[in-house]
Amino acid sequence: MSGSTEDIKAVTCTIKPPVYLQIGDTKTDAAHSGICVVDVTLPFGKPANIEEITFKNYYTAYVTVRLLRRGPGQEAPAKWCTALRDLPLMDNPHTEGGSQDYYSIHRTQMQVEPDHVVSVRLILRQPSSAWLTFSLEEIKMYPHTEPDSEKEVSDWLSDLTLVDQHPDLEGLPDPQTVSSSIQQMWALTEVMQTNQTTASIGRFDVDGCYDINLLSLT
Amino acid sequence: MMDESTELSLTIAQIVQRLKGSHLHSQIERQAKECLHQPDIKLESLKEDVRSFLKTSGWERKLQNAVYRELHVQLPPSHPAAPPEHLKEPLAYMRKAQASWEKRVLKSLNSMSTELGVPLARMRPAVEQKELTNKWNEMGTDEPDLSRFRPVYAPKDFLEVLISLRNPNHDSSEDISARSHWGLIQVPLNVRDIPQLRQAYSELNLTTGQLGIDDHAHVHPDLFENDYVQIGKKVVADQDSAAAQQYSRQGCPTGLRAELWALILNSTNQPPDVMHYEQLKAGVIQHDLLVDNLIYKDVKLTASNDDYYFVFEDFLYQVLLCFSRDTAVLEHFKYNSATPPKSYIQGKVGEEECAVVYPPNVAPLCFLYNEPSKLYSVFREMYIRYFFRLHSISSSPSGIVSLCLQFERLLQTHLPQLFYHLRQIGAQPLRIAFKWMVRAFSGYLSTDQLLLLWDRILGYDSLEVVAVLAAAVFAFRAENLMEVTSLASAEAVLADLSTLKVMPLIQIFLFATAI
Repeated sequence: MSGSTEDIKAVTCTIKPPVYLQIGDTKTDAAHSGICVVDVTLPFGKPANIEEITFKNYYTAYVTVRLLRRGPGQEAPAKWCTALRDLPLMDNPHTEGGSQDYYSIHRTQMQVEPDHVVSVRLILRQPSSAWLTFSLEEIKMYPHTEPDSEKEVSDWLSDLTLVDQHPDLEGLPDPQTVSSSIQQMWALTEVMQTNQTTASIGRFDVDGCYDINLLSLT
Repeated sequence: MMDESTELSLTIAQIVQRLKGSHLHSQIERQAKECLHQPDIKLESLKEDVRSFLKTSGWERKLQNAVYRELHVQLPPSHPAAPPEHLKEPLAYMRKAQASWEKRVLKSLNSMSTELGVPLARMRPAVEQKELTNKWNEMGTDEPDLSRFRPVYAPKDFLEVLISLRNPNHDSSEDISARSHWGLIQVPLNVRDIPQLRQAYSELNLTTGQLGIDDHAHVHPDLFENDYVQIGKKVVADQDSAAAQQYSRQGCPTGLRAELWALILNSTNQPPDVMHYEQLKAGVIQHDLLVDNLIYKDVKLTASNDDYYFVFEDFLYQVLLCFSRDTAVLEHFKYNSATPPKSYIQGKVGEEECAVVYPPNVAPLCFLYNEPSKLYSVFREMYIRYFFRLHSISSSPSGIVSLCLQFERLLQTHLPQLFYHLRQIGAQPLRIAFKWMVRAFSGYLSTDQLLLLWDRILGYDSLEVVAVLAAAVFAFRAENLMEVTSLASAEAVLADLSTLKVMPLIQIFLFATAI
């Protein structure tokens, strides 16, 4: 596991209450459910690339992770896919081993790339009738960060640019495009500071002048 | 869920951290410096030459042994989000039970202190210190009045706590269930059954030579014993911890046992160890602890009346009194679910270990080691690796809860008629077997048999074999037990284990039971 997750904050997400699935009439059926579904939705309009999912087990035997991913374009339909099927959390569903342990699921363990994820569905299974209930606790998701940008900067900028509503624009440029270009420029200056090269910064070339003091937004 | 390479580098980093600054570290450094004077060490290939020197002079092996020892006591790599108490014991309800048990014991100790007007700890006056120094080697001759002191708790009390352990999330409402458990332990821990034990303890099978079986007078020594002893001598000469542990699985020859055990536990009697022991001894002389009286009374009651152990009475006092003051033992609380109680000595916070040590555990070791500091260091290492698990509530597979459950399961699965009969007459098998297991059979078997059992505990790095033996004893006396009609008569059948031969019992139970 990368040691950097201590610095990275978990993505704020809403964890819906677990839904236990039953066969037949829920009121009359006294048998315990063996399957539970926990939906974790990420903030609307902000699909995330997931680095890691951590949680604390409470008597769940197997967990399946399904992801709802939306393609990069806003119009692309969101599709469900299975990232991990039936990961065993307990060696033996009837006995205590692993029942209250902490776990991490890293993106490298997933069968698909957890990028542009809108929602995560955790399907918990506990086939043993030995337990009264089962669930997962302290579910946290950590975002994937690009390796060549400063972590703190991107976190700070992503907090800055967290825009949920579309403000009323009157002739002004779209804040999203403005902020994304600022992000790109800032990231490039950081790169420049760390990799001092003599290569030209063609992007910021204005009228053949290499003076960084002059930035153009056009 | 870390990948293997990260886990490995984490383990390596932890071990390096622990060995840094240790006595071994400084010794190796000194050796490396001194070897530079040798002519065959060349500047161009300095690193390789020094390395090969350390290898041939045996220092690499010593380092290997130290690393091997660290691997034994190291906590498994854990999730970063897991809090420290989770590392010691992952199950919340077990932590709670251990905490309330500790409170109870502490309360008992405190109230004894108040009742008797004896402080928990006090500094000895100079006259008394001098007296104790003079009779350090013959404390057994003392006959102080200990009638007011009673044990802080009895094994029975501890058993009641274990029986009352419940997992709040466990559904025990089903009466007609295939997995109905007839025994007293109600915690669903994962314990191994005979097919899995056969795999894990394969060196004990019927076709492999064993000490305790194949060194019997009837068997010609050339068939097994002579060769086995030769191999043992080679292992000792090589000074290899890992090889010694593997060797011990088939038993240790009496003449080599002391060295083999010291090797397995990596308990080298170096000057720092001797000094540590002397420091502890000084601590005993300076301060008088309330628990000392309890230790004294316990030793007097058990060891001095025992035909075999009375000769070691003095040793036992020396070792145990020092042990109760040894702060190095506190290290094992990192992986022991118990917490050491803190005491306040005139405003300064000190830490004492509570009197949870049973003296007979030391006595068998007295047969092996005659030097107090060596005896002490072997005893201490055995305690912090194995025996502490018999006194604390945890979910560890070598913990007393798992052992009790394993004993009951083995009995119910393979001797159901016997178990059912004993249950019917009100003689739950665990009530009889508990006192054997909580002492790892010390005080119940004859010494040579006990040492053969402890060979296997060391060899397999687990106390499971204690639970297996307990079940095997019941299997052995099954016929007599089927005839008894009360708990008292069941206890009488199983009262005397001193004539039992442990290895044949274990071997037959594991490898000759029909599945």
